[in-house]
Amino acid sequence: MTFLERNFLDIRNLDLMARGSSLVHRLDPRAKLLTTLIFIVTVVSMDKYTIAQLIPFALYPFALTALAGLPVGYFFKKILLVAPFAVLIGLFNPFLDRTILLHIGPLGISGGWISFASIMLRFTLTVGTALILIGITSFSGICLALERFKVPRVFVVQLLFLYRYIFVLLDEAGRMARARTLRSLDTTGPGIKTFGSMVGNLLLRATDRAERIHLAMLCRAFDGRIRLMSEPVIRAVDIFFILGWSALFLFLRCYNLSEIIGNSALEFL
Amino acid sequence: MHMADALISPAVGGTMWAATAGSIAYCARKVNLEMDDRKVALMGVLGAFIFAVQMINFTIPATGSSGHLGGGMILAILLGPYAAFLVMSSVLTVQALFFADGGLLALGCNIFNMAFFPCFIAYPFIYKKIVGDSPTEKKIITGAVLSAVLGLQMGAFGVVLETVASGISELPFSTFVMLMQPIHLAIGIVEGVVTSAVVIFVWKARPEILQYAMNAKPLKGVLVRNVALGLLAAALVTGGALSWFASAHPDGLEWAIQGVTGSPELSEPEQGIHGNLAALQEKSAFMPDYGFKAGTEEPSEAAAEEAPEQWPAVDAGTSTAGLVGGLITLLVAACIGLLLRRRNLAT
Repeated sequence: MTFLERNFLDIRNLDLMARGSSLVHRLDPRAKLLTTLIFIVTVVSMDKYTIAQLIPFALYPFALTALAGLPVGYFFKKILLVAPFAVLIGLFNPFLDRTILLHIGPLGISGGWISFASIMLRFTLTVGTALILIGITSFSGICLALERFKVPRVFVVQLLFLYRYIFVLLDEAGRMARARTLRSLDTTGPGIKTFGSMVGNLLLRATDRAERIHLAMLCRAFDGRIRLMSEPVIRAVDIFFILGWSALFLFLRCYNLSEIIGNSALEFL
Repeated sequence: MHMADALISPAVGGTMWAATAGSIAYCARKVNLEMDDRKVALMGVLGAFIFAVQMINFTIPATGSSGHLGGGMILAILLGPYAAFLVMSSVLTVQALFFADGGLLALGCNIFNMAFFPCFIAYPFIYKKIVGDSPTEKKIITGAVLSAVLGLQMGAFGVVLETVASGISELPFSTFVMLMQPIHLAIGIVEGVVTSAVVIFVWKARPEILQYAMNAKPLKGVLVRNVALGLLAAALVTGGALSWFASAHPDGLEWAIQGVTGSPELSEPEQGIHGNLAALQEKSAFMPDYGFKAGTEEPSEAAAEEAPEQWPAVDAGTSTAGLVGGLITLLVAACIGLLLRRRNLAT
C-alpha cells in the first residue's frame, strides 16, 4: 500500500512541477508531445548492440530538466523504481547471447551483456523523457494536445474525467482499507470474499457519485466537452523547438557522435 | 505485463499504435452513437475506481502473498465492451505517463494486450455466452474465471509475440512462452475469482447496474476489419519508414568502401555507420587489440577491412573510442544542463 500511495503522491509532485512558467513550460503542448515521441522512436530504432551512440541522446532530457528547473535526482529515483521489469527481461540476454564481441585486455565481454547495457540505457532515456514530458506539460496540457491531434473527443474527455476523480476515489478506498485494518487483527489484508464486498461497496459508491456528478454537470450546462482556460497557438518558437531537436536526433541517429569525439580526443592525447 | 519502450522496435510499436488508434476511434464512435449521457461521468469515475481498487490488497488463499486487481474484465462486465475499452485505455495511458508503467511507444502494445483481448474476445465470446441474460451465481463465477484466464493468456501471448518480433530481447519464442503463460494462468484464476466476487456483490445489491453492459450491441465484424486494415496500413508505413532509415546512409565514405571491398551488402543501416567508423578507426588506428571481434578469431589488422561484411555489426575496433566519446558527451550534456540551469536561476 505504501508503494502505491507513494506512486500517487508522485502524481501530485509531477503536477506541481508542471505549474512552472519557464521557457519550456510555456511551449505549446503539441510541440513537446511530438518532439518527445520523435525522440523515443529514434532512440528505440537503434541497433540492439548500440551503447556509445545512444549516450549523446541524453542531451534532450538534460536540457529539458535544466531549462524547466526540474530536479534531476527525482527522475532518476522514479526510473529506478520501475526498472525491475526491464532488468528481468533484459537479464536473459547475457545468458542466451554468449558470443564474445568485445575484449578489454584479457576480459571478454559477450554480446548479451552489451545488449543488456543497451536495453538499460534505452530504458533510462525513454522512461525519463516520458516522465519529464508530464513534468513540463501537465496532464491537461497533454489532453489538449491529443484533442488537437484529432484524438476522439470521448476519449479525451474520459482521460480528463479519470484524472479528476483518481484522488477522490483514492481517498475513499484508503479510508475503507484503513477502517478494515483497524477493526481486524491480521495485517495481511482481507481474503477474497471480504475484498469482493469491499470493492463492490466502493463500486456502488462510485456509481452513485457518478450520478451526482452527472446531475451537477447538467445543471452547469455540460454538453460533452470539457473546456480548458488557455487555448494554445503554435508560435515560431514551437516550430523551432520541433525542427531543431528533430534535426539533432536525426544527426545523432546517422552519425555516432561519441565515436567521433572519442577518436579526436584520443588522437589529441 | 506492461511492456517497456526499451524492449520493442519502432516497427512493432508503430503497428500496435495504429491498431490501437483504430480501435479507439471505432469505440469512440460506437459510444457516441449509443450515448446515454450518464455514461460520460460513469466511465470517468469507474476509471478512477480501477486505480482506487489497487489501493486495497487482498490475500491470495494458500499462499499468504497479496495481489491486486487488473480490472479489464470488471470494466467490460459493467460497461460493455466499447466503453470498457476506452476506460481501460485511459487507465493505461495515465499509468504510462505518471508511473512510467509501460512506455509511450509501447502504449499501443499495452492497450492491445490488456484492453482489446478482455473487452473484444474474452467478454463477448466467453463471459456473455456463459452468463447470458439470466445470471446466476455459478454462471458468473464460471464466466468470470474462464474469461479472465483466457484474456490474460492472450495478453501474455501478445507480449511474447511483440517482444520476439522486436528482437531486442534474446529470449527465444518457446522459452518466453513457457515463462509467461503459466504465470499468467495463476494470475488469471485469481483475477477471475476476485472479479466474480465483486460482480456478484454488485449483482445482489443493485442488479440494474449490470444492465448497462447488457444493452451494448454485438459486433458485426466491422471492428475486426478495421483493426486488420489498420495493421496493414501501419505495416506498410513503418516498413517504408524503415527502408528510408536503411537507405539514408549511403554517404560518400560508404560508397568508397563498397568500391574497395566490392561488397554489395552495405545497405543495412548498422553496417553503414559501422563502415564509417571502421574507416575512421583505420585512420586513427588506436590499439586494435581493444576492438570488437564479431565472434570469429581473426587477425586484428584485418579487422578494419573485413569488419563491414560481418554480422552482427558491432563497432569493430572502435569500442574504446566509443566509450571515451560517450563519457565525454555525457559530461558535456550534463554541463550544458548545469549551465542552462544556472542561467535560468540568474534570470
